[in-house]
This record gives sequence, structure tokens and C-alpha cells, in this order.
Amino acid sequence: MDLSRLTRIRETAWKIEPVGTMRVPAIIFGDEALIRAMDDKVYTQAANVAMLPGIVRASYAMPDAHWGYGFPIGGVAAFDAEAGGVVSAGGVGFDISCGVRTMLTGIRVADIMLVQRSLADSFFQQIPAGLGSEGAIELDALNLDAMLKGGARWAVAAGYGEERDLGRIEERGCAADARPEYVSERAKKRQRREMGTLGSGNHYLEVQAVAEIFDVRASEAYGLVPDEAVITIHCGSRGLGHQIGTDYLKEMLVAAEEAGITLPDRELACAPIASDTGQRYLGAMRAAVNCALANREILGHLTRRIWHHFFPDADMSLLFDVSHNTCKVETHKVDGKEKRLFVHRKGATRAFGPGHASIPDSLRATGQPVLIGGSMGTGSYVLAGVTTSEEMAFSSACHGAGRAMSRHAAAKQWNGREVGDELYKKGIVIRSPSMRGVAEEAPGAYKDVGAVVLAAEQAGLAKRVARLEPLICIKG
Amino acid sequence: MIDRGWQHFPHEADIGICGCGPTLASAFEEAGLALTAAITSAKVRTDSKVEIACTALNRELLFVEWLNTIIYEMAIRNMIFGRYEVHIENERLVGALWGEAVDVARHEPACEPKGATYTELRVEQTKDGQWCARCVVDV
Repeated sequence: MDLSRLTRIRETAWKIEPVGTMRVPAIIFGDEALIRAMDDKVYTQAANVAMLPGIVRASYAMPDAHWGYGFPIGGVAAFDAEAGGVVSAGGVGFDISCGVRTMLTGIRVADIMLVQRSLADSFFQQIPAGLGSEGAIELDALNLDAMLKGGARWAVAAGYGEERDLGRIEERGCAADARPEYVSERAKKRQRREMGTLGSGNHYLEVQAVAEIFDVRASEAYGLVPDEAVITIHCGSRGLGHQIGTDYLKEMLVAAEEAGITLPDRELACAPIASDTGQRYLGAMRAAVNCALANREILGHLTRRIWHHFFPDADMSLLFDVSHNTCKVETHKVDGKEKRLFVHRKGATRAFGPGHASIPDSLRATGQPVLIGGSMGTGSYVLAGVTTSEEMAFSSACHGAGRAMSRHAAAKQWNGREVGDELYKKGIVIRSPSMRGVAEEAPGAYKDVGAVVLAAEQAGLAKRVARLEPLICIKG
Repeated sequence: MIDRGWQHFPHEADIGICGCGPTLASAFEEAGLALTAAITSAKVRTDSKVEIACTALNRELLFVEWLNTIIYEMAIRNMIFGRYEVHIENERLVGALWGEAVDVARHEPACEPKGATYTELRVEQTKDGQWCARCVVDV
């Protein structure tokens, strides 16, 4: 990105001044190197979002931002319904409520290494991953609707999880006001055999070592102990969410035109929040959020079952479960007044600071855990929400490393088997149904996640708590 | 004679697909092959046929609808397709997909398409008469 087009407003915050039909500025977070390396399309997409009706304060791009569709990946924008604000299917994305959960295991890394390969094989054989995999749970129409209303609470009631998990999931495991009746039959059909499946692309299950602690108090509050293993799962709402995205993107293209909204990019298809289309999308999207929460809870249950075969006495508690493709109704201070806003985060994580009422009691003094997936070679991070993030970007932070290279280019540059061999030399075992998929997800295809989280910390979006290193990676 | 063929074009997060041919229908068929190639490098058997139909307000939206129809049929049938046939008349597409059940060991699917996007969406005829259809697919 050409820095001369931006105004540097802080060390790690860069502003696109509002021009033309932009209603607010756009602000991109990152250090100079990250901003220079960002695709110019991030500039265009962040500026386009700033043109949408009812946008409040600014359009934001997180330090891991990269070229998406409509919104940049790493984009955040809040809309005020009372000011004609919109909800955008493109602003949430196809993989609605895609997110990350991290489970604590209490098992030392040395004990994992004794069974590393057989543990990897067990996960690979028993966790359905990749295109063509099917879950063991097939839902009839009644149960599917119950799942879409109940989310992780449904999963726990059905025996696929533990009651104590619910307090460690955003919305306590269930998005309110989900409306399965606004989910198409096509979307429901796509989901019938997909519960408890990991998906593909950048979705994964990893066994990770707690490798470095940045904040001792926060790590203790989160239960992160150096040299112990945790398990992180990254996946979303599967076929149901993808189809809801497809269905409403098409409908919102018409709805936007009918509402007289000029779209700078068709992918920003949207509808006024107060409109029929807007309300139906919100109901369907919340159903997809519940689908994702239920899916991750089921995957957590399968994970526990496999883990207990190897470590029968392990107590596996959930650290947290966060989503990074959502639109949530939140109250934020704007010009000194509290406002109810519809906050879109597409490839961005909610990051409430200490004291926020939405954070579970046991974590409230520390701030919300923000789980950042890196690449399979370089590691991941656990951050904590900070109070400054509210003012910076409606309490939002990055969600991953962000791609530095297209899949196409990565597959040309690397050979999946060689990537796996190289990682094995570093002590990391990879299992995947596709070696080309491994090449497309090679560590070198991603930005430096360490630089991304450091920039997030310097920008006041979140603070670093711990760094996690992969030991086993199951790629979809 | 105007060539037909497909290619992928780069997108940072996802994958761009492009099909070209002497007719609009052939460009759509080639784009179908580009979608398949985004998933697998293996040969796909074309034993089973699925008939489909879709409509849209214009050619570009019809292209997205076509790709989303393939993605939907793949998802609900757990199939992958290796041959496509398209007929288009007045923004109505009638077509057939030939393929087989996904065989993970043989196909080694690299990704799972989630949906076709409006990003980089273009359906156009060049001066020499060739049709090309392209967009980014979220994977």
C-alpha cells in the first residue's frame, strides 16, 4: 500500500480522509512494514465500506487485513439503525461465525511428545475434515431447527459437550433472536450431515504448546501454564452459513437498489436494518451463529473423547470460544452518548476490555480472551481485550496472521509433502487429506503473526498474553 | 476458431476462476472446470449426471448463480464434477453436471468452495468474439 495516500495519526494507526461519497474516514491499523505490505485493495475496500449509509465513526481495518470481498478481511464497521444504518451479508461473509475455541488440557508437552504421532492419527481418523467428509450426527428438520435456536446449549443438552463450557462461549453459547424460519431449505439441506465437521481451507484442529507468556496475571486467569498443551479448533457454520450468505447476498442486491442505496461494490450488498430483508437476514445470520457454536461444541466433545483415550485423567476445560465473522448488536459510546449499534466484524475478533458485562465473571477483571490463529508453522497467540479498544475500533482486534500470498501462488511455490517434512523436523506433525491443501496453507503464505499481534497491542486493540506453538495440526 | 479454456487468477484470501470460450455457454462450462481444478488436481470420473436450471437478472448474476448451483449440488450430493454442459437463453440457464462421489484418498480435495462472490465479477465478449466469465470464489 502506498503510504503517501494515508495520514499517520498514531504510530500504528493510519487514516484515509473521507473523500467523495465516503461518509466517515477509514482507519487502518498496523506498523509501517505491515501497511506497506498490505494490498492496495484493502485501501479501496475500507474506503468503500465508509460509503455505506448509517456508518458510525469510521470504517476500520485490523493489522492482519487483506483483500477480501466487499469488506476487507479484517474489516470492522458499526451501523446505527436510527440513522438509516444497514446490515450487510457481504460484511459478515459466507462463513458466518467462523471462529476459534481453545481448550486447556493440563497435560505437559513432554507427555504429548511420547504419543504425538498416534494422537495425530487418532484426530485425523476421527474428526471429519475436508471436502467429502460427513459427520456422524444427522439432524431431522425438528432437531435442526432446535439446534439453530439453541446453539452450543442445544449441543450440551444433546450430550455433545459440558455445561461448564457455556459460560466460556460468546453469548453464553446461544445467539438470541435466531430465526430458523428465515433460513432457506437449501441452507438446511446443506447442513444435515455437516454437524461435527471441521471444514476445509484454513480450518484446523491444533494441539499447541504454551511457549511464551507475556502477561503472567492474565495467563494465570486464563489457566495458561508454560509448557502445557492446549487444543485450538478453528471452524465455522459450515454449509448452512455458506448458503445463508449466498441467499441473502443475492436478495440484498435488490434490497439495496429498492432502498436507493448506491453500492460502490456489489459485494457490499446490504439492506436497511429496519427493513424486512434486514430483519430476516439478522434472524437467519443468528441461526448460523448458533450452528457454528453448536458445531464447535460438538468438535470439542469429539476432541475430549479422543484425548481421554490417551490421557484418561485429563481435565479439559474451555478457555474461550470466539467468532470472527459476525454482526452483533452492541452498546458503544459515540460522542459521549451510548448508542445501540450493529457491529460487523469480518475476519476480526470482538475484544472487550476488563469489566465489560459480557465477559464471564471469572475472566471479567482480566478482559475477554482474544484467540488469534497463526499459521501451522509459526504459532498462534492468546490476547486479552483492553479498554482502549472501545475507542479505537468498537472493541475489536485482529483474528489471525492474514494471508500474504494467494493460494494459487502458494501452491506453485511449495510442495505439500515437503512442507510437512520440514515441519516434522521442527517437531510439528501435520495430517491432512490434501497435500496441495497443505502447500496452499504453508507458513510462508501468511504474514508474520508476531508482527500482527504486536501492532494490535501497540494500537491499543488488545494485549498479548501468551504465544502458542503447534505440536499437531489437523488441516481440513 | 476461438479457443476455449480456463484459468485461475490470484486473490489474497480466496481464489479467482475464469472460463473462456466461443460462446457464453462455453465460457460458463470452462469456469465450471476452473472451479473443479481449484478443488482437485486429480481426474474426475463423469459417471453420474445431475440436471440443473437457474435464472438471474443479468448475465453476470447468472454466472454467480451457475457457480453457486454447482457448489450447492456438490455439497448436498457429496460429489465432485468433471464435465459441464450449459445452455443459456434470456438469462435462464439449463445445464448438466457429470461427476462422481468425492473420494478423499484419490481426489485429495485442497479446499471446499463456500460461495461465488461478486468480487472481480465480469462476463464479457472480447473484440475477437471470445466470451470470458470470471469472479472470486470464497474457499
